[in-house]
Amino acid sequence: MKYLCLVYLSAEKWSACPDSACAAYAGQLKDSGHMLDGTPLHPVHTATTVRVRNGQATVTDGPFAETKEALAGFYLIDARDLNEAIQIAAKIPPAKYGSIEIRPTRELVVEQAEVERYAAAAAP
Amino acid sequence: MPATNLPQVRAEIDALYRKESRRIFATLIRLLGDFERAEEALHEAFRAAMEKWPSEGLPQNPVSWLVSAGRFKSIDKQRRDKRFEHLEDRPDVAESLSDGSAALDEREELLEDDRLRLVFTCCHPALAPDAQVALTLREVCGLTTEEIAAAFLTPAPTLAQRIVRAKGKIRDANIPYEVPGREELPARLDSVLRVIYLVFNEGYLASRGESATRADLSGEAIRLGRLVVELLPEPEARGLLALMLLHESRREARADDQGELILLDDQDRTRWNHALIEEGSALVRAALTAQQRPGPYALQAAIAAVHAEATRPEDTDWREIVGLYDLLLAMTPSPIVALNRAVALAMRDGPEIGLGELDQLLRGGELDGYQLAHAARADLCRRLGRHAEARKAYERAITLTAQGPARRFLERRLAALPQ
Repeated sequence: MKYLCLVYLSAEKWSACPDSACAAYAGQLKDSGHMLDGTPLHPVHTATTVRVRNGQATVTDGPFAETKEALAGFYLIDARDLNEAIQIAAKIPPAKYGSIEIRPTRELVVEQAEVERYAAAAAP
Repeated sequence: MPATNLPQVRAEIDALYRKESRRIFATLIRLLGDFERAEEALHEAFRAAMEKWPSEGLPQNPVSWLVSAGRFKSIDKQRRDKRFEHLEDRPDVAESLSDGSAALDEREELLEDDRLRLVFTCCHPALAPDAQVALTLREVCGLTTEEIAAAFLTPAPTLAQRIVRAKGKIRDANIPYEVPGREELPARLDSVLRVIYLVFNEGYLASRGESATRADLSGEAIRLGRLVVELLPEPEARGLLALMLLHESRREARADDQGELILLDDQDRTRWNHALIEEGSALVRAALTAQQRPGPYALQAAIAAVHAEATRPEDTDWREIVGLYDLLLAMTPSPIVALNRAVALAMRDGPEIGLGELDQLLRGGELDGYQLAHAARADLCRRLGRHAEARKAYERAITLTAQGPARRFLERRLAALPQ
């Protein structure tokens, strides 16, 4: 069984949790064999939405705003740039029924000493 | 060139900045891979020219000199900045620096492509529509943030924020700096043409405020349209350029000395710009005889061309115009196109028939908040002598019209109705 744990944060709290804390916890999960894949996302203003209607892909800025749609799954893809990502996303079958939000991932910005400090603080 | 020619060299550099700085900027983005860095490099390059050219004279090819200088200064600065970080720990940085020292390709067509790349990047549909317009005017046309803010009646900090966000998205989401391939081109070109037409209309129609025209924006849009046609002569790009030129040809005639609006029928047609009409009509003919079926811009331009070719209002070929609206409506079914078709129908077959068509559209409900639908209804009722209905429609149109000259025009029409 696999679980996708999605982290939702408000704009005010977006940077409240230090990356080093996340890196330390991810390290623990990796050591225990629980971690399959995970990544933080850039803020929502970097999102792009693709939908296909009548065979025509339309691309818009931002996340799909209507609240009735909820997250139904995810594909973590490797694409050359946003254009290639849009082409791949437009071929994802549910694009015909709902929409696909494309979010660029980012790297954690950490200092090794900090990571160790968090790991030590969390140690039993 | 001796140092005594300093004012002359300065003037040359100023002229070069006005004419070529956006082109140099576009190339620097490709070479440096970053908007901010390219902007900084552009200014460094012109500063270097100010230092060197008075004593050394103008280089043989000033544009490539400036591109090289900008690129060199930027890479040099990156090297200096990185010295304070531990460069050996950052293989990505070392790699990007070695990339930067690759031979500079100065072929003219590549430099031209850079401008088109920049247009496509700024008009990427993954950017917010407002941001596409602001970014295009800022980066491609070189307008300042304050100028754009003033033209769109938006506070400058809001506009600046919009631009910063868009650039952030280009960087973080990795929107590529390229002209799209064959498969993507039609959809992506639509997005570019939409931005250009939006800029044009903002200048031509001025959705708010007192001045009926903001010529600068229209001029920028036409310049952009020409650039796209020159680099990518697709039928719809030509169609849009034709449409803008044909509208622009009436600029002088569409307002009186007080800035009050004059309708097409009442315009002094000798004041139309016939050079623009000729250029626009030639583009229309080329777009209509191209292999592909004419698109919406080409059809709208064709309609504008029929109007432009009539020496007197009564010479207008309404049969042709209704036919073109039929084609346009089949291609882009929109209530606004249907409204225009109904007005043309009234001219061809009489106001009674036009009004019947228009009322059917109004019953659809989508046009109820659209001032021009009520203004058109008012005019048809007036021509049919149905003054009470005309009065009601004018009043409705006036409440929906924010802009000064258009509003005053409707008020004059209302006042002129027989009691």
